[in-house]
Amino acid sequence: MKVIEKVNQMREELEKELASATSSKEVSEIRVKYLGKKGLVTELTANMKELSPEEKREVGSLSNQAKEEFSKKMEEEEKRWKEKELYQKLTSEKIDVTLPAFEMVQGSPHILEKLTEELEELLMSMGYDVVEGPEVEKDLYNFELLNLPKGHPARDAQDTFYTKGEELLLRSQTSPVQIRTMLQNEEKTPIRMICPGKTYRRDDDDATHSHQFTQMEGLLIDKNISLADLKGTFDIIAKKLFGSARQTRFRPSFYPFTEPSVELDISCFNCDGKGCPICKGTGWITVGGAGMVHYKVLENGGYDPKEWTGFAFGFGMERLAMLKYNVTDVRTFYTNDLRVVKPFDRKEVE
Amino acid sequence: MAISMNWIKDYVDYGDADLKDVANRVTKAGINVEKVESHYIPHLVIGEVVECTPHPDSDHLHVCQVSIGQETLQIVCGASNVRVGIKVIVALPGALLPPDVVIQKSTIRGVESNGMLCALYELGFAEKTKEAYDRGIEEVDASIPVGLDACRALGYDDTLFELDLNPNRSDCNNHIPFSYEVAAVLGKKVTLPSTETHPIKDSVKDSLQVKVETSNCSMYLARMVKDIVIGPSPDFIKHRLEASGMRSINNVVDISNYVMLEYGQPLHFFDADKLGGTILVRMAKDQEEITTLDGKARVLREEDIVITDGEKPVCIAGVMGGANSGIDENTKTIVIESAIFDPYHVRYTSIHHELRSEASLRYEKGLTFEYCQYAMERACHLLEKYASGKVLSDCIVHDKTDKTKKQVSFTLEEINQILGMELTVEDVNRSLDGLGFVYQVAKDVYQVEIPTRRTDVAPNKADLAEEIGRLYGYDHIEATLPTTVSKPGRYIGDVSYRKAVSRRLRSLGLNEVRTYTLISEEEDATFQYARQDAISLLRPMSSDKKVIRQTLLPSLLKVLDYNLARHVKDVCIYEMANVYFNEQEEDTKLAILMHGSLDPVTWQNKNRKVDFYLLKGIIENIFHYLGLQNRYSFASCEIPDFHPGIAANILLDRQVVGVIGKVHPNLAKDAYVLEISLKKLISSKVKPIKFKEVSKYPSVKKDLAFVTSKEVSSQTIQDEIKKAGGRLLTDIQVFDVYEGEHVGKEEKSIAYSLTFQDATKTLTDEEVMNIFHHIIERVEDRLPAKVRDK
Repeated sequence: MKVIEKVNQMREELEKELASATSSKEVSEIRVKYLGKKGLVTELTANMKELSPEEKREVGSLSNQAKEEFSKKMEEEEKRWKEKELYQKLTSEKIDVTLPAFEMVQGSPHILEKLTEELEELLMSMGYDVVEGPEVEKDLYNFELLNLPKGHPARDAQDTFYTKGEELLLRSQTSPVQIRTMLQNEEKTPIRMICPGKTYRRDDDDATHSHQFTQMEGLLIDKNISLADLKGTFDIIAKKLFGSARQTRFRPSFYPFTEPSVELDISCFNCDGKGCPICKGTGWITVGGAGMVHYKVLENGGYDPKEWTGFAFGFGMERLAMLKYNVTDVRTFYTNDLRVVKPFDRKEVE
Repeated sequence: MAISMNWIKDYVDYGDADLKDVANRVTKAGINVEKVESHYIPHLVIGEVVECTPHPDSDHLHVCQVSIGQETLQIVCGASNVRVGIKVIVALPGALLPPDVVIQKSTIRGVESNGMLCALYELGFAEKTKEAYDRGIEEVDASIPVGLDACRALGYDDTLFELDLNPNRSDCNNHIPFSYEVAAVLGKKVTLPSTETHPIKDSVKDSLQVKVETSNCSMYLARMVKDIVIGPSPDFIKHRLEASGMRSINNVVDISNYVMLEYGQPLHFFDADKLGGTILVRMAKDQEEITTLDGKARVLREEDIVITDGEKPVCIAGVMGGANSGIDENTKTIVIESAIFDPYHVRYTSIHHELRSEASLRYEKGLTFEYCQYAMERACHLLEKYASGKVLSDCIVHDKTDKTKKQVSFTLEEINQILGMELTVEDVNRSLDGLGFVYQVAKDVYQVEIPTRRTDVAPNKADLAEEIGRLYGYDHIEATLPTTVSKPGRYIGDVSYRKAVSRRLRSLGLNEVRTYTLISEEEDATFQYARQDAISLLRPMSSDKKVIRQTLLPSLLKVLDYNLARHVKDVCIYEMANVYFNEQEEDTKLAILMHGSLDPVTWQNKNRKVDFYLLKGIIENIFHYLGLQNRYSFASCEIPDFHPGIAANILLDRQVVGVIGKVHPNLAKDAYVLEISLKKLISSKVKPIKFKEVSKYPSVKKDLAFVTSKEVSSQTIQDEIKKAGGRLLTDIQVFDVYEGEHVGKEEKSIAYSLTFQDATKTLTDEEVMNIFHHIIERVEDRLPAKVRDK
């Protein structure tokens, strides 16, 4: 049989064998059978010595070609099997992706802290510093210097926890931080500050009253400030907290430390001003109080009212949170049921 | 307390104005009308019973023919007093009676009935008492023509405004001051009621002497009215008092209340015969006694102002009269007192004696001399008219009131600057006219006189701006922003440090909580590990909120209990709050409580259960975050209310800054807590972050274990290892702690993994072994410890 025929026959057999192979291991065995040291292709050149130089050349060339061809074929086949086997192996490792994940544990901010920080960020971007002050406060700062002398009937509305005589008390508002800031600013330069913090009044705790609550007051002192500037500032705050569709309005009011004084109302976010139980049918919800800083307070803070003007505003954070998140019981903020707290570990909707 | 709009009509002719609209406009101007309540019921007419026969099928019903003018209606009535000839109130079909009954044509036991004859209580105009029920249907005055609208004809068409006033405008609880607000928003004028009298010649000075011995009574007016006849009040007075929430007593008592509700000036009527010839106003003597009109004996104090008859008190000034001098059915001659007492004294007297009356509430807010005078004259007028009184010619006057006119000057521009509006002279004039303020204006410069009745308005620009602005309407303000350029705002003081720690704690899985500053004495008695003088409230409201806390730990235990009771078992929480002690000293504490596991239990069972070391890891993480590594340590010690074996002081730079441990099982089960002074952390200086090159040369790890007494702390061994290891020893890790059969009963074995590395070269085996042996030598030498499996 001619070498070429042998090769052809060998190719045929090889193809058959490869076709019936069932694993990369079998392909590898076939490779040894054909291309191994004692393999069939090698055998083609077994009796080369007996051949003529021409024949030698032909056999050599044919066997080399066969080697190359078969090798390539088997490599491909082996690769195909290996891929298939790997795939099988991997698919056998299939997991149930619906099983629960490993929970990445992350704590939540307190609701009031979250809301406070939201306002702080906004107001800091508008140039307001965030300042704190003592909760055990002097009557002087809590009342006296804020145009609330002893015996003033408006002190009734903020019946206060005194801790020592008539001198020391648990502050009933965060306004003392404002007067402290004014007094401390010796250069008497413009002021923009907010003072969030805990405050205390003699209220029996129930769904809507709390002896401890949180205020955020703001103070701006500058030249030629008007109620319109307060309106613009309140607009921004109201829209940030309750959505850009909110309208705002001022209602005349009374605070001893501001004149004129106003109530800060927003159009009801529930009914959009049509009237509903949340806004008690009025279409408006009161969210805070404000006004132009009273000249006596400016004087007490060392600012000449002839030269300086300013506005102050105040919000009850519990009230804002109750409105914003539809909380119906103020005590919720102080019982700290973790099932209530945890959902507040969330980015706010812009 | 409500305002009767019928009454207001006496002073402001508001015509047919829609009262809901009036309420809205007054509210917008700052006088908050909380509720508008109309008493008017449509479809009620005056009728006359022209025929009345017994119902054929009933023993108590009557079939009546009732004329209502143009027509006559057949109505079945069950009242016992129904009879021919009486005039009645007829509810026609369609009338809506309270609470929610619609009158309809009907057939009652086979007889057609076209309406209902009414009793007052059925219309909500009177209380439903047995007496009223027995009286049957209302028989109205025979002089009222049939066919008239019954509510209007009988004066039951009132509309009431319920007010929610700001504290500076409580004067508006009275009808005349409120009428000025109505007039202001409607652009009308106020007409004051008549004070005309026809005095007799007698002088009050012949029978009464008044002396005021205290400066707390700035005005005292006294007049006398003789020959009064006590009887019922006219209907309009009765109706108006009832509308305002007061009961009608008799004509004389009613007049004093009526005038108070007009002007806001309380009056007091003495029975002149009981009083005698002297009035002396003075401060009470300590322990002096008086029996007040309510029959109670009261012991007075030196702070109380009293009216006396020269000797004994006859009235607590501004609060309540004495039983010994009051009006009764036999009173003939009365002395009228119209006075102004010091608001603060009246306030504290009424609080002290728990006697807050309509009068005292008004005195507390301060009164004006003007209304004090008017009210006196008005009372005389009414007594003459409705109690047949004869008014004596003169008035005794004690008057120390300040009558300085309150004047203020401002420019239009100044008002616009405050309000941020662009008002014109006309706008300002309209507001001032509405308010009834007298002014002059020349070239935008105003001179305004504030009426005495407006005690709340001070003579300065801002107060006037508010008056003008509230009437003009704040909804005209165009919002602007302050124009000065401002630097970006920032957190001042400790705030940002605290917030950074807070964020870090949350990232570690702890939840922020907020609890009350005030705690009970029992709670205050726990965790007294760094006790200072506590601050207590002078007048606590309840025993559970009595003391200002010095530690947050009892509050966190409460949060744990609250959650456990609701089956929330994994409680990992922290709070940062100020604590106070020694009068006004402040510290900021961070407290952490952990219970259960940090992560929830999973099917893979990989959750981290809370123990001492987990909590320790949290605080160490915080220390490292704050740049305080190598500066803190933990020193085992016994701490009140902690597990005696699982508690330690936390030290920073060798100073105690806090405590950590397991809560004593008597207080809580398996709760781990720590508390640390944030102020102390914040005050420790920290070096800035420095870049450190990583060594290019390989590190070598060596393990070794020491068997030592249980009393020896790991820290002690580690300190010795460190000293012996020098700078080439770059890391020490504990990888095993063993107690049990392979070591002695009082022993433990701690295994360490040590890392050696040089920044400048590769360490040789020999170099490493030298240090390693030196470490073993040193530890064995200095401590009762032996290297294990040498």
